[in-house]
Parts: sequence; C-alpha cells; structure tokens
Amino acid sequence: MKLFDYQRADTPEQAAASAVAPGTRFIAGGTNLLDLMKLQVETPERLVDVSRLELAKIETREDGGVTIGAMVPNSDLAADPHVIRNYPVLSRALLAGATGQLRNKATTGGNLLQRTRCYYFYDVATPCNKREPGSGCSAIGGVNRILAILGTSDQCIATHPSDMAVAMRALDATIVTVKADGDRRRIPMAEFHRLPGDRPHIDTILEQGELITHVELPSPPPGGRHAYRKVRDRASYAFALVSVAAVIEVEDGRIAKAALAFGGLAHKPWRDPEVEHILIGQTPGKALFEAAADALVRDARGFGHNDFKIPLARRTLIATLQDLTGGR
Amino acid sequence: MFGLGKSHTNSLRMDAPQPTSLLDIGAQNVIGKPLDRYEGPLKVSGRALYSAEYVFPDMAYGVLVGARRGAGRVVSIDAEAVTSLPGVIDVVTDFKTFIRNPGQGGETEAPTQGVEEIVYFGQVIAIVLAESYEAARDAAIRLPVEYEEAAGRFDFAAHKHETDVPPENNTPAHFGQGDLDQAMAEAAFTVDASFTTPSQNSAAMEPHASVAMWDEDRLTLYGSYQIPTKDAMQLADALGVGKDQVRIVSHFVGGGFGSKLGIAPETTAAAIAAKRLGRPVKAVMLRQQVFDATVRRSNTEQRIRLAADAHGRLIGIGHETLTSNLPGEDYFEPAGIGTHFLYPGEHRLITHDQVRLNLVLSGSMRAPGEAVGMLALETAMDMLAEQMAIDPVELRRRNEPLLDPEKNVPYSSRSLRECLDLGAQTFGWDARETRPAQRREGEWLIGMGMAAAARSNLLQSEEAKVRIEPSGRAVIETAMTDIGTGTYSVLSQIAGELLGLDPRSVDVRLGDSDMPASGGSGGSWGACGSGSAVYLACEELRRQLAKTLGVEPGAMTLKDGLAIAQNKSMPLAELVGDGIEAMGAISPGKQKDAVTQASYGAHFAEVAVNAVTGEVRVRRMLGVFAAGRILNEKTARSQCLGGMTFGIGAALTEELLHDGRTGKLVNRDLAEYHIPVNADVPQLEVLFVAERDQHSNPLHAKGLGELGISGAGAAITNAIYNACGVRVRDYPLTLDKILPGLPDL
Repeated sequence: MKLFDYQRADTPEQAAASAVAPGTRFIAGGTNLLDLMKLQVETPERLVDVSRLELAKIETREDGGVTIGAMVPNSDLAADPHVIRNYPVLSRALLAGATGQLRNKATTGGNLLQRTRCYYFYDVATPCNKREPGSGCSAIGGVNRILAILGTSDQCIATHPSDMAVAMRALDATIVTVKADGDRRRIPMAEFHRLPGDRPHIDTILEQGELITHVELPSPPPGGRHAYRKVRDRASYAFALVSVAAVIEVEDGRIAKAALAFGGLAHKPWRDPEVEHILIGQTPGKALFEAAADALVRDARGFGHNDFKIPLARRTLIATLQDLTGGR
Repeated sequence: MFGLGKSHTNSLRMDAPQPTSLLDIGAQNVIGKPLDRYEGPLKVSGRALYSAEYVFPDMAYGVLVGARRGAGRVVSIDAEAVTSLPGVIDVVTDFKTFIRNPGQGGETEAPTQGVEEIVYFGQVIAIVLAESYEAARDAAIRLPVEYEEAAGRFDFAAHKHETDVPPENNTPAHFGQGDLDQAMAEAAFTVDASFTTPSQNSAAMEPHASVAMWDEDRLTLYGSYQIPTKDAMQLADALGVGKDQVRIVSHFVGGGFGSKLGIAPETTAAAIAAKRLGRPVKAVMLRQQVFDATVRRSNTEQRIRLAADAHGRLIGIGHETLTSNLPGEDYFEPAGIGTHFLYPGEHRLITHDQVRLNLVLSGSMRAPGEAVGMLALETAMDMLAEQMAIDPVELRRRNEPLLDPEKNVPYSSRSLRECLDLGAQTFGWDARETRPAQRREGEWLIGMGMAAAARSNLLQSEEAKVRIEPSGRAVIETAMTDIGTGTYSVLSQIAGELLGLDPRSVDVRLGDSDMPASGGSGGSWGACGSGSAVYLACEELRRQLAKTLGVEPGAMTLKDGLAIAQNKSMPLAELVGDGIEAMGAISPGKQKDAVTQASYGAHFAEVAVNAVTGEVRVRRMLGVFAAGRILNEKTARSQCLGGMTFGIGAALTEELLHDGRTGKLVNRDLAEYHIPVNADVPQLEVLFVAERDQHSNPLHAKGLGELGISGAGAAITNAIYNACGVRVRDYPLTLDKILPGLPDL
C-alpha cells in the first residue's frame, strides 16, 4: 500500500471540499477500496473518511418514498421493514450480494461506486484501459467469461458488479450529491453510471470531490410484483453472471407496468426501454416474453468465453416474467 | 528435546502381516473414540502459533517479487528505485540459489533453482525487505524490473500433440497388459469417452510463510510445511549447507493439501535475506502469489475405454492420460493410478504422457491421481451402466475382483461391496429414477448419482519417541505434522490406549525437524505411519514396565495411570523412576508388493439442476468408507467431509484460468477461484464400515485423508446426468456447459 494522507470529515460539505484535489478518494466501509489499494490498483494520495458522517438513516418521506443515507450499511437497508414491504426487489438484491460480513461493512453510497471485478483490472501486471488509460484491454482476446455483452467498447468490456444498483435502476432511484463547491445535485440512476466508450477509466458522472449523501426511492409502485433473480457460479459469494431486477404490475390481465434492470451484462446496470415497451399493455404469455428477451439481446455481442450470457440472459428474463405474471 | 542415546528402538519393517494389534487389548478404551481435537482450545483461542505469526526482535518483513513475464530472462532489477522509499531496507536476490520451482513431496534434494531465467508468469525473482509489511509490499509492487521476453508454451490445446513420457513416479507412466483393442472389438458393451479436468490450486486457508533466523551458521525456519524432516533436507541442499545446519519448525499448518509437501520459493528468499541482513526475516506469500508461484494440480485430458461382457463384467479397461508440467520436471499427475487396481479386466492400457508448458509447477494436490482420474473413470462406469440398463451400484458389485488384476496378488482388505450396499440402503438409492430428467420440482430437475471411492494406501519410514515422565505423564516427539488432520489427537489416543493413560495426560510435540524423522503429512500416510511409530515405542515401554513388575507384558494391564498385574496395581509414576523412554520405527517392507493396499468407499449424491439457468446445487451427499481401523471417529469424519467438499468444488466450480497469450493466471484470489462456500455444501453424511487391515501396519488402519475426495465429484456428475440428461465431460460443470443441453423454456 502506498503511503497516503488520511482525513476525517465532520460534514458532507466539508468532506466534498476536502476531496476536490485530484488523487483524493472517499472511504466508508472500505470493502472494495482497501483491497484495491493493497494491490495498488488504486493509489490515492489522500483518503477522506466519510464513515462517521450522519448519513446512516433510512427515512420515509411524505410521498411514501424513502430517502436512504449514503452511510446506511447494506445489511440495515436489506432488513428495513419499509424496504422489505414496499421495495422487496431492493432487499432481495442486497441479500444476494457478497457475504454477511461484507454487507455489514459496505455502505449504500460505496456499493454504487464499486469497481469492476474484471480479472485484468485487478492485476497491475497486465494492461487495462480502466486501470491505466491507453494501456489496452487484456480481456478482449483473453479470459472474459464473466464480462459484458452489452454496451461494450473496443477499449473495455468490464461489468459493474453491484446487485443493489441493479434494483435501484429498476426502481428509478435518484442519487443526491453534494459537490466540492457546496452545490447539491440530483442524478437519476439512469445517468449515474457510464458506458465505457473511449474513457473506460471513468465509471460514473460524479465530479472530483462530489459526495453521494443520499439515495432517494420514489413512492413505491402500488401492487407491483418484485423479483431479483441472480444467476451465479456458486450459491453465495460470487458475482452475477446475469441478474434481473423486475417490478411488474398486471391489471385486468394485461401488463400495466414493467421495470426491468439487468446486472452482469454491462458496464452499468442495464435497462432497455424497448424491452419494457414490448411488454406494456400486452397479455402475459410466452411469445410476448420471448419477443422482449429477443429485444434485450438484439445488440448483444459475446467475446468467446462469455457467449453463453446471451442465451442465459434471455432465458433468465423469460423465466422471471413467467414467474411474476403467471404467463406461460 | 529429551535425552538422546539411552532409549531403545523398537523397529518394524512391514515384511509380514501383523495378525494381532495391541490396540485390541488396550484397556483404556480411547482408541477410535470421537474425542475433541487435542489442540482445539489452542486454535480457537489464538494460542496456536502459525508460521506467519512468529515475531522476533529486529525482524525484517519481506515481500516476494514475481516475474511479470511468462518466459524469458531478468535483465536487471532497479533496487535503488525503491530502497529510497520510507522503511525499505533492501532488495535481495540470488539468481543461482533462489528456488524457481517448489519442491515435490518426499524429495530430499534441492528443487529446481535459478531465477534469472523465467519459465512461468509470477515466478519469484527477488524479495524486498522493509521495516513493515506494508512498506515491503509497496516496494515489491513498484520495483522496476527489465525483462527480455521469450516465446513461451502457454496453451495446452496448442501443444498437446507434443508429448514426452515422464519417468516412473509411484506408478509407471505406461502400463499395458493383453490387447485392449481386441477386447473392445469383442466386447458386448463398450464405452469410449474423453474427459478434461482443469488445473486446480489447493487453496489452503493459510498462505505459505517462512520466518528465517540464523544463529551463527545454523538456520531455524518457522515454515508452514507438511514434511519438516525432508523439507529441511531440501532447504539445506538448496542453500548448500549441511543437513544439520537447517531446522524447520511447523507446529501448526493451516491446510496444505499437497501444496506444502516440498519447500516453496519463500524459504530460500527468507533464508538468504536473513543471512545478508543479519536479522530475522519474515516472508509471507500474498494470496495471489500462492496461486502464481507454489504448485498446481495439473490439468488432464483423459480417454477411458471400457469393454464389458454381456453380464457387465469388465474384460478390458483403458485409461490414457495427458497432463502438463514445466520443462525438466519429472512429476506427472498419476491420473490412472486408481484404475490399476479398482476394477478387473484382463486387457489393460494405462498411460501418462506429459505436455510441457510454461505454467507454474504441477505437483501433488489432495489424492494426486485418484481425485481427477476417478472423475473420468467413475463417469464412464455410469455411462456403461446406462448403456446396459443396469443399476450403477450393481455394475460395481459385478466388478469386484478377487485378485489385483495386474499384480495377481490379493487385496490387503477391500470392503467396497459393503460400502456400496450400506450406502445404497442408507441413501435411499432405490428411489432413484433410472431414466434421466424424470423428476422435477418447480424449476429444479432432481437427480441422484453415485461413484466408488478408492485411494492407494501408502507407508513411509517413520520414527517417534515416547517417554513416560516421573509424573506419570507421557510425552510423544516426532517431526510429523498436523495440517488440520487430527495428528495430535490420534497420537495421544494411541499412546493413551497402549500406556493406560487419559489422552489428556499425553503431551504431543510435533512439527520440528530436530525431532525423530517423519515422512510427514501427505499421501494419507501420516496417521498410520507416525501412529505406528508411536505404537512401537509404546510397545517397548510396555515391555520395560512389565520387566520392572517382573511379569510378562501380556500379564499386565495398563489403565488410568496404573499398572495392574497379579492383583496388584501401581501408579506409573512410581514405576518409571526418573522416567523411561523408547523409540519406535516403522518402515515399508514386503507387504507393499505382497498385497495390494487401498482404502475404499462409495459416494452418493442428490443434486438439483435449474431447468432455466443450468445452475447446479448439491442437495445431499453420503460417503461410506472403509479404511481399516478408525483411530478417532470425529477427526476421521471431518477428513471425509473435507474431501467430499473438495469433490463438490472439483465437479462444479474449481478451475485455474490461464491467459493463453501470456501464461498469466487470472483468477488468483478466493473471490474468483471458486471453492465451495458454506451455501454450496449441503447436508453431508459419513459412515464407516468396520474393517481391520493386518497387512498395512500394526494399527490395522489405512489411509483416509484423501479417500473422501476420490470419486466424490463423479457422483455429482452422474447425479447431474440423472437430473437433466446432460452429460458434461469437461470439468468443472459450470452452468454454461449444461445450458445448451437443457430443454426450451
């Protein structure tokens, strides 16, 4: 681990202001950053510790939605009665992630900022455009079984590893931040994470020093059915090969609402409006689900070892829709 | 260390069977009992010191530097670029002496040395020393090294047609008998199937670690090793010093599974650095380095041919294997070893050919040979049973040989049929659907599978010293280790049984190469070998006690610290005066070839395969085993549970992934090298079939530690086929391989 300065912030504004200098990173649970620092994948000059900020509350707003403090541990969020009752997809996604020990330490804000689990990103002995811009992508032409099939670029095929973020994407969460200059902004989940393009080293649209303070969930979808289905290589402590966060509402025999987000497929939690458009207003049934699944993978591209993710994503979506609607 | 020289040695070479065992007449009644682990309280309270936990005054911390090329040469190392960093002391290397490839188990000479030439990615080329571990790790990652890159052989598929025949190693590389082709042509039923298994890593919880300190010209190395006696000889030879100048201490080993049989690169690095610095040096491998630079189980490609008559009796059996190792290394994964003796058949062909690759050394990992060989053989047997439309258990029952089919000698003991029958009955095997894909629960397809288990029984030369103290307590000393297996417990029970002592009145001292020589932990020989040495020492002590009492040993009973003879009893403490001691020594003899020695068992598994995704979840497993006398039912059971869990990993998840362009291992931590986690391991049950083996040793016990893995994965593979009708022959059976065979939604 390279030597670094360490500073503890008293308020979110102070934390943001302290982190304006390049080379500064926030640290909260440290479940990802510390590993990366030990390996020197991340070599921050300075850490601003935000773990003691008073941002560990889950509050229900008047509109019925909830505001989640960025420091709320994953375990607490998953076990919150309001979340379990009204946003079960989120609770299930959280519990599908990592291990009990990690969930106790990992925070809501930190979970959104996890870095990819691409093998090559983790190893400073190999080129990686995400770790070292311009050095090349080792995963293309290398071992890429766990990597992306959607939204890739010729510079990066990494995936975002979070389960929680996939559920938040389906729930249309909003990320609330404070910037180094004290300004606040509200970022729709759809815009928060980036695709790799030609700048794969940048995961999100956050500016240097910008601190996540809260995540807001809109008022709960009435009557929707929720599912989080995670497909993985072992029963626990494995990242998603494919995951689906789904909220589906059926009214009078037709699909009234559909929110579908996917993990394990792309550089960000993936959501495709066309997939949902195909479903809405229609009678649940196998042909319909197959059409939606076809749309999901229409532009998918495999890189050899991960070709299987295309049929796997397709089947997982169809089964999830069958499960939630009873349509066969 | 207590007095040398005055103890009598009771030696036994296993030339003849041992019809009686003193363990059957001991009065203490502790042998075989499921006693808690002797060292358990030390471990759970953190007082059991593992190698990396030793701290000495003025100790420097070393972190190894791995090569970032898969083949080539080190041109230069820019030490000055890092020695100016705070806390960094020096960068040390010795191109000639540093170990390049770790040692193999049981060797007493230095492993391959010389690190200027790079033959695999991650090969250790230097060690960085600092005042703290963190400073050393920082500098080790940042150390600039200039390389001259060479073309390497990284891709097994690309080179698999360029093979050589390795030298004999436990089993001959090539063996042929009769005419297998002819048998295949004449057989009523045949199977001809190819399988692949990937490279694997032992993934022991404790990383390799050495703390080296010199006292004048004598080195003491606290190292996590399985065979201190021989590892000290390897290290002495590597360093070019006398055998008596190196001492290795391994009181506790946090799992080895073969990866700590021979010395790894951190030993010479720590020893040389400690000498140069004149300070103790600690070198603990990073988790990634354990994967990169210790030892792997070789990948294999295996072709199985089975030729059976109309009744399902095998008339021919073929097991042709390809494995890989570094150029110049003799060891080969003996994937066909179990096939030599498990099933009959006059016509036989068992071969091992080696492909030379620039990937980290391949060596022994838990049940070398059987663990991967039986993944192929026992799946092929399932295919044969299906083809004949007979029960797979029945197929095995019909193939119980009376004599070893190659050596034409009897089996020392073989209770495979009893294991099969008890297992089938206990597991509820008769509920299995004979045709695949018949049982569905929601999205899950349910199936059952089984496989036989077999593992060769081996014996090493072993010595142990046992003393009865004036207090009446006994002390055992041997260089044998406890790598989590239960050695401390079983040795205390053997001495307790034979000397009439509560095992808690027996002090067991292990894991020090200055102690009586031991073959160590490996090959499932540890408990039988070191236990026999303790047995022989105790037998001699019993003679001495009887002599003092003036009776024949058989007329004396030892129980609860008392010697009882002629209706009188006397405390041992009074009998032994200043203490008595004896040495026991056992060595292999004619029984090795006069009979075929192995342990046997049967695995049963029930799995669920997700019809949508191909995910496999093991629901329950039963292992029934017969391994001669069981010395401690609890630690024995734990060994079998661990082996079966390894079997789940081998079947479903474990695979080292190398980048075919560079030879670089890419999944080199426990997040991405998938061993089973708790949620993957369901209800496992273990049963033992009572057995005694008078050919193996005076304990009448056989090896057990590797039996549980042998065949376990094949039971799962067969259960997957029974569940969903998909027969995958490329291990591990990850969902991407099952998916294409699943029906449409």
